[in-house]
Amino acid sequence: MGRRTVTAWVLPLTAVLVFGIALSATLGFLEVSIPDVFAILFAKLRGQIQPAGIDPVAATVVADVRMPRILAAVLVGGLLGVSGAVFQAILLNPLADSYTLGISTGAAFGASLVIVLQIFGLALPAGVTIPIFAFGGGVGTLAVVLSLAAGDRRLSSTSLILAGVIVAAILSAAIGFLKFLADEQVGLIIFWLMGSLAGASWQNILLLAPTALLGTLAAVFYSRDLNIMATGDRAATSLGINTVRLRLTLLTVATLMTALAVSVSGIIGFVGLIVPHMLRHLVGPDNRLLIPLAFFAGGLLLLIADTLTRAVLPVEVPIGVLTALLGGPFFCILFKKRQQDGTTAF
Amino acid sequence: MARPLSEQHSEILWSLTKVNFSYNDTPVLRDIDLTLRRGCCYGILGPNGSGKTTLLDLLGGLQTPQSGTIAFQGRPLAAWPKKQLARWLALVPQDFMVRFGFSVREVVEMGLHPHLHRFAAPNEADQALIDEALAITGIAALAGRPVTRLSGGEKQRVAVARALAQRPEVLLLDEATSNLDIHHSLEILHLIRDRFERRAMQVVAVMHDLNLAALFCDRLIFLKQGQVVCQGPTEEVLTPANIEAVYGVEAEVIANGFTNSRQVSFRLPARPHAAEVG
Repeated sequence: MGRRTVTAWVLPLTAVLVFGIALSATLGFLEVSIPDVFAILFAKLRGQIQPAGIDPVAATVVADVRMPRILAAVLVGGLLGVSGAVFQAILLNPLADSYTLGISTGAAFGASLVIVLQIFGLALPAGVTIPIFAFGGGVGTLAVVLSLAAGDRRLSSTSLILAGVIVAAILSAAIGFLKFLADEQVGLIIFWLMGSLAGASWQNILLLAPTALLGTLAAVFYSRDLNIMATGDRAATSLGINTVRLRLTLLTVATLMTALAVSVSGIIGFVGLIVPHMLRHLVGPDNRLLIPLAFFAGGLLLLIADTLTRAVLPVEVPIGVLTALLGGPFFCILFKKRQQDGTTAF
Repeated sequence: MARPLSEQHSEILWSLTKVNFSYNDTPVLRDIDLTLRRGCCYGILGPNGSGKTTLLDLLGGLQTPQSGTIAFQGRPLAAWPKKQLARWLALVPQDFMVRFGFSVREVVEMGLHPHLHRFAAPNEADQALIDEALAITGIAALAGRPVTRLSGGEKQRVAVARALAQRPEVLLLDEATSNLDIHHSLEILHLIRDRFERRAMQVVAVMHDLNLAALFCDRLIFLKQGQVVCQGPTEEVLTPANIEAVYGVEAEVIANGFTNSRQVSFRLPARPHAAEVG
């Protein structure tokens, strides 16, 4: 597979994504045309507040309300897609994602803790504290999972997943206790646990964009090594790959990506699981192609889901609920189809 | 790819001195002193748990001994950069398992990894090399199939093809044919032996089947409980006495004109002896 194949996919997908972003920006309570959207954005980029000939309210809505939210959806989706692909490749398990390793649950615990602390009167600025705690929770969980699995010198995928499941179970119980403590205000935690992009701001984008770019580049950098990992640790080592170092590096990268995404959006399930699956089904398992495509597919998927809940559906459904409701059945169909094809190995 | 001068051949491939290896305090190999030279096809033999595979892992730099030194080409193994070592040594594991449905060709192409720069695509010569490896191992017709859908024998041939595409100086076989039927076993061993005889590469093979080992290897190394019991040319060390000492079975070894090699038949020793062996 040459670079040309990747380029052949990436260029049209970028175009689709840009068009999707512009289209999504036109939708909502206030109708704006696509050319106006571009005019508003170019004006914003040039530092002009008021583009000529466009309703100032529309300009503000598009530039400061819709755009950060739309970009956040694309970036969070991309981050989840790429980190899911990396988790699956590194753990040799098509069911692996940030949940299997407990990272999402850790991040959720961090966020719930802040919410409960606030209820108990600790004055913390929520906008800053929740992302920080969610991030810390995710990274802390990875550290615990790694140290649990480290007894096994090779850091095998089985011990990592087992450690992840154990830690996630403990954290889920802890979240349950926090919900109990939150008592009447439990709704705040639940809303966060179900995920939402409603509060996304330009600051979030400044954080998400470089993470998505650098993380995806790092994953692409190691994509050939990741392919070889699929043939087992011993075989990979004999091809000159330092499997332990590769696992540690990419687990850290993928955790940072997930934790940052979760810290902005709350828990959005199924994207990290489904996107790499769907792509493997379409283009094969080669990570050199799969990883860049996972960014676009994840971004588009979440853009569509968020646009649905923001502008199309009569009520705003939490996006995590929507992705699970749409993704779950889709996954079942894919799974069933695989079985009929006579193979369950992905 | 031409190897730099510093990597030029030396007569001695490996020398092991006082090598000890243990898994979590369980000793697996004890005080191994060995010299492996160019020009011989080596067989490592011994009962289950005698440390055969571990010895192969140590030779391939896949494991590091707790004490003792292993030099490859006169240079300590630990000092070899992994990718450079992978240009010299290729492994064919016992059960070649591939997760995810990579095509046969993609898997064989992975053998080029140690020779290619990170973002380099295989050039025409590389493609020809892959075609050749596919053809030799008789899997050219399967090139586009996902490996996950192949039979055990076909998968094993993919592993051999990938190791050939790696262009190694030495091929390490870890019971590479023990799950295959006799036809496929012989086919794979013959194609490897053929390459060895054309001096294309050296071979070190962990073997389970004594008769295949007799057919395939010039020198045998017998291990028992992590120690070398005996080693030497096949015709000298493949004796009833050695087989009984290593495996605890009575054996008859005859020069077989049909296979043109030594062949062994076995039986359990008489009862009292069996109890003694445990």
